[in-house]
Amino acid sequence: MRRRGAAIGVVAAAVALYAYVVARQDWWAAALARLFPSLPEAVFPSATVADLVLQHLQIVLISSALTILVGLPLGIWVTRPSGRDFRALVATAVDFGQTFPPVAVLALVMPLLGFGLWPAIVALSLYGLFPVVSNTVAGLEAVSPAVLDAARGMGMGRWRILATVELPLAARVIMAGIRTSVIINIGTATVAAAVGAGGLGSPIYSGISLQNGAWVLEGAAAAALLAVLADAVLAQVERAVSPLS
Amino acid sequence: MIRLENVTKRYDGTTAVDGLTLEVAAGEVCVLIGASGCGKTTTLRMINRLIEPTSGTILVDERDVMDRSPEELRRSMGYVIQSVGLFPHITVADNILTVPKLLGWDRERMDIRARDLLQLVGLDPGEYGGKYPRQLSGGEAQRVGVARALAADPPVLLMDEPFGAVDPLTRERLQAEFARIQRELRKTVVFVTHDVDEAIRLADRIAVMRDGRLQQYDTPERILDHPANTFVHDFMGSDRALKRLGRVQVDSVMRTDVPVAADGRSPDAIARAAACSESRFVYLVDPQRRLEGWFDCRALELEGSAETAITNVDWREVSVHPDASLKEALSRMLGLGFRSISVVDETGVLLGVVGLDDIEETMTDSDAYIAPASAGVNETGEAEA
Repeated sequence: MRRRGAAIGVVAAAVALYAYVVARQDWWAAALARLFPSLPEAVFPSATVADLVLQHLQIVLISSALTILVGLPLGIWVTRPSGRDFRALVATAVDFGQTFPPVAVLALVMPLLGFGLWPAIVALSLYGLFPVVSNTVAGLEAVSPAVLDAARGMGMGRWRILATVELPLAARVIMAGIRTSVIINIGTATVAAAVGAGGLGSPIYSGISLQNGAWVLEGAAAAALLAVLADAVLAQVERAVSPLS
Repeated sequence: MIRLENVTKRYDGTTAVDGLTLEVAAGEVCVLIGASGCGKTTTLRMINRLIEPTSGTILVDERDVMDRSPEELRRSMGYVIQSVGLFPHITVADNILTVPKLLGWDRERMDIRARDLLQLVGLDPGEYGGKYPRQLSGGEAQRVGVARALAADPPVLLMDEPFGAVDPLTRERLQAEFARIQRELRKTVVFVTHDVDEAIRLADRIAVMRDGRLQQYDTPERILDHPANTFVHDFMGSDRALKRLGRVQVDSVMRTDVPVAADGRSPDAIARAAACSESRFVYLVDPQRRLEGWFDCRALELEGSAETAITNVDWREVSVHPDASLKEALSRMLGLGFRSISVVDETGVLLGVVGLDDIEETMTDSDAYIAPASAGVNETGEAEA
């Protein structure tokens, strides 16, 4: 218990430190200028790092929320008697969603949803579905048949068994799937800049087209640190929901 | 009271249960027995609608189970399974209170109930209430499983090979405790097993099944003495006389008027104190009446030395519990080479003695004889088969 508290403290401190560093635009300007002395403009001029991180977080949070909102019920449904027949179909579809490059999804969705935030959200949500659905299915199927038989035999209803037995027992595995999905999403969300949705992809894309390595580094470093941090935060959540800890 | 009327369960192509008619009187233990695949578990699971019959009627207290909601029906029946199925993410106490929680009992009543039930199944409430299932041994887990089934005091108990997954020693103990609890609570029990000894020990009536059909339904004594057909005869085994001893508890035949002498004095003092006229052995006990050994009067006669006539023992190794069956007692005697064995409680206090002659007497009381096949009572007419 004490070690858990200490771990949460360390993670909270890391989050605070990241927020502070991101807010110090002058640090970024100074550091990038030193690393790339030949470039006239070493820091991305259109938006501060803090704004870019906030945009990025917005894209990630909305798309991950959608992924969970769709993926969790989908995973539950295909393990129920009513949805069992669709299990293979859903698995294939979700699998396909992840193998299909998000940039291509963006290109396909743009004619329908136009330019901006929403095509990016759709593409990212589909892309992150696979770990959520597959872990939900795996977690629910790992619940011992004896436990389910006892639950039914004692007169628990189907929804009650799901809510008080199956989901708590599967929580850790499901959370691990969500964690993987969110981490992938943070990296992949940089493509959102390609359709003008902003985020940490913006300095990367601009840097590539204008051959400004400093901007690429600025976006990539902020995104990578964000992913590491999110991983640590979600690892704590995963431990907190674990039924047997 | 439970009544099955012409109940059949068919899966595509196979018939698991075929026209079964069976009545379990209130307060009785009905043991369904047969080889695997004989339909005994299917029968059990049809009573609480975990499986729905293809045809036929199942009545519990004169009410058709199909007229009740499955959830409400199941909450009125305790359910115990071989693999226990405790919820691993909640405590032992919360596991036990599963059904009371479904029924919406208040917290105080539930706390008292959990404590009482742990005590009933022989687990210390203070120690076990807050434990998690993974911290329990197999025997402890099954005790909790039984406590959970009894939680809301259901009149009916359905038990599917409840003691099948524990070691033989633990199984014996759990059987003895189940017998004790059942004497106290008088539930209507349907109990599935493939263990003939277990059936004989616990049943008021045994239903022998084969290929989904009832072969014989009768008391253990009559099934042993008058098997309805060769299948029942063979299934019960050739050691039927021995098996019948499994029905009798040691405490019902033991002699309690045992001559004792307090130990701890010199051999000669014991020899003088021992009332050798009464019987060959005088048992030596400590001030708490715990067994410490015995004094052999014949050895004294033959050898004249009080010292060689005394045997000091560890009571754990040379005694049986009053809940043990005569079969167990006989087996212990044969193993030790004794003609009698002392009966002691959990703490070693001497309660009595049971001898080979007592066992012989029990056996001659109901002399084993194998009846012609038609003599068996059988409700489906299988006897003529």
